[in-house]
Amino acid sequence: MLMETSDTDLVNRANAGDGDAFAALLARHYDRIFGFAFRLTGSHSEAEDLTQDICAALPNKLRHFQGRARFSTWLYRVVLNASHDRRRKQTTQQQASNQWGDWEKSRTAAIAEDAERIDWLTQAMRALSDDLRDTLALILDDRTHAQAAEILGVSEGTVSWRMSEAKKRLKDMKAQEDHT
Amino acid sequence: MTDDLDDLKAAMQAMTPKPDDARKRANLALAQKNFARLQETDTAARLTSDARNTGWFRGVTAMFQSISTKTALTATTALFAVGLVIYLPVFPMGPQFETPFAEDAASGIDAPVLALEQSEPRPAPQAAEAPQAIAGFKDDAQAGMMADTASLARPQMQRSKRSVKYPTPQDAPGFQQFIVENTETFPDAETNPIRVTSEAPVSTFSIDVDTASYSFVRNAILNGQLPPTDAVRIEEMVNYFPYSYAAPATDDTPFATHVSTFQTPWNSDTQIVRIGLQGQMPDMAERPPLNLVFLIDTSGSMKDAKKLPLLKQSFALMLTQLRPDDSVAIVTYAGSSGQVLEPTKATDKATIFAALDALDAGGATAGQAGLQQAYSVADGMRAKGEISRVILATDGDFNVGISSPKALEEFILTKRDSGTYLSVLGFGRGNLDDATMQALAQNGNGQAAYIDTLNEAQKVLVDQLSGALFPIANDVKIQVEFNPSKIAEYRLIGYETRLLNREDFNNDKVDAGDIGAGHSVTALYEVTPVGSKARLTDPLRYGEAPSGLAQGEMGYLKLRYKSHGTDESQLIETRLPDVATADDEARFATAIAGFGQLLKDDRFLGEWGWTNAIALANEAKGADPFGYRAEAIQLMRLAKTLQSQE
Repeated sequence: MLMETSDTDLVNRANAGDGDAFAALLARHYDRIFGFAFRLTGSHSEAEDLTQDICAALPNKLRHFQGRARFSTWLYRVVLNASHDRRRKQTTQQQASNQWGDWEKSRTAAIAEDAERIDWLTQAMRALSDDLRDTLALILDDRTHAQAAEILGVSEGTVSWRMSEAKKRLKDMKAQEDHT
Repeated sequence: MTDDLDDLKAAMQAMTPKPDDARKRANLALAQKNFARLQETDTAARLTSDARNTGWFRGVTAMFQSISTKTALTATTALFAVGLVIYLPVFPMGPQFETPFAEDAASGIDAPVLALEQSEPRPAPQAAEAPQAIAGFKDDAQAGMMADTASLARPQMQRSKRSVKYPTPQDAPGFQQFIVENTETFPDAETNPIRVTSEAPVSTFSIDVDTASYSFVRNAILNGQLPPTDAVRIEEMVNYFPYSYAAPATDDTPFATHVSTFQTPWNSDTQIVRIGLQGQMPDMAERPPLNLVFLIDTSGSMKDAKKLPLLKQSFALMLTQLRPDDSVAIVTYAGSSGQVLEPTKATDKATIFAALDALDAGGATAGQAGLQQAYSVADGMRAKGEISRVILATDGDFNVGISSPKALEEFILTKRDSGTYLSVLGFGRGNLDDATMQALAQNGNGQAAYIDTLNEAQKVLVDQLSGALFPIANDVKIQVEFNPSKIAEYRLIGYETRLLNREDFNNDKVDAGDIGAGHSVTALYEVTPVGSKARLTDPLRYGEAPSGLAQGEMGYLKLRYKSHGTDESQLIETRLPDVATADDEARFATAIAGFGQLLKDDRFLGEWGWTNAIALANEAKGADPFGYRAEAIQLMRLAKTLQSQE
């Protein structure tokens, strides 16, 4: 019967202290969180780590959910914000750290890449700017332009523009790739 | 939505991995636990803004992300826990619930890091992440470095397979009952396996001119012990000897290649492919001035007669090779490090000798502080176009005062790129950290040599000084492609710590070994022709289609190098020659490879034993002007006796 319960019900029950409802809610969305995290990071291990961060923080986050948006929309936003945090931390760290740290970091990144054998698409996505990548990740995750706009907090026009921009870039990259 | 996008979406869908089950369970449990805790601390914890966050935690998170070896992970976790305790009192009141870490600090909710600490090491999410466990270095992404680092990362290094107790020179009769804990460590790498050509036709590795392993083996044998198997690196033994390969005919290439194929002495059904490189010997009268900084370990452990006293003698020998415009400085490290000799012209021998003489051992080793000082002295000495090199002399113990050997290697690596190189000379034995020594020299574009006798000092610091100090080609990589229609199986003898990925060959960013002036380098493959009865694997029923082009060729050798001081690599290509009679040089190299295998792992040698190795080396001894080969034969005879005692 649990599956028929709506997200909103589960959220309400969870926020009233029902642990089972919370567990059911998270279990229901776990794979989607992970999948989206993967699209955003382009790396299996990063996606796992990001998902872990989100799981740890979700009980708390959930209390802010006010039911104004659909739960899934809200959840996308949570994942997106968490990934932004992560990126920001990485950049801050990179700038602050001395050469040794940088060195270790780029090494780690390189190993991660090797290990993942990231193919063209993920690499190409990584080459896009953050805005374009976020948007593209949402659209590739079956969100409509309107939903993406809501999650990103931008207008639908912006989403459409970013999408055409992203497609153009990907096409260029692909062409270059085929050329060489 | 366009078709393009649909394709993309399908591609994306296809490549999205499944979340790891173990982590999923752990994450769900973590969330559940945090949820439960939150109910308990309900009154205390109600929330604040998303935006503010204290930088400290952020730093820690990023730091945590940036460290990926499992061992380091444990270490960081422990540090992190301590950090929290210290930090908590100044944590701004009013919980700031944003990152999992902040939550943890404020309300005791489990953050991921702490969860990790409680359970066993982070469950490896799929095989894909496994390579991180033996995190190699990016710039040295070669497998060799990975092996080194893996052993470096282990807090307590794996003891050599053959356990030995070394007598030291002070082992006067009265001392012999003491069992001194031996802390020598070696990179452990498995012997290269047989490769099936049809499965893996391409073999890639970095050249190596280090010779430390041979000196080490010699020292062990002369002390009446067989060396631990991990200390035996066959390529370093083979490369210890000078071979009379012809130098390049023109000045265009820094080295000449000499490839030959001949009958394997230990197996009549296989062949040896010998790849020999001979570095050019530039006119030494024209060489640029040298700036040398001797960085000398004067810690208490250096007191031994085979260490500091030998080191002083060795450097005195070396000074005779320097020219008037060369200069020398000396920095010591022990407890506190210090410059004991300011940059001094090599002509001022009296001053240099006096400074060397005054060195005295005492205090704990703190390699890093000394190293930093040595590099800054070296930077100060270097005028435009000059070569500057730090020569680190130590018994190899970097354990005091430095948190991680890795940080040290990183430092050396960045310095290398700014133009100061590092060579490492190992002295004495007992706590020689061979793995670190090798890794440091590899990162510093330098050579690692182990000096156990004044003769060895003569070889390294006098006879072959120019090679050690004047690199002529950097990042020399070898790639051999075998033709599956001719060669069924092959194996690379030695070079276990120098293997590269196939794709690293063309990647100029991947570091590899360097060749110095006049150096020679030798690599040997044992190959099994198709149809040979020595073949160890069964041929495939399907596949092994003839490869069309170049049917008759056994294989193809490609060599990449960068001329010294350039960033772009050059390519040399040649086909492997057909079987011919081996010359003395090739046969002697093979005898030494046999020697190494007899010490390390003789599974490929069959019945071929010490007697055969000694006979072969004797026949192929050649002119041997320095007596190195005669010495090797002596060692083989000793080793034969030692092994029969076991």
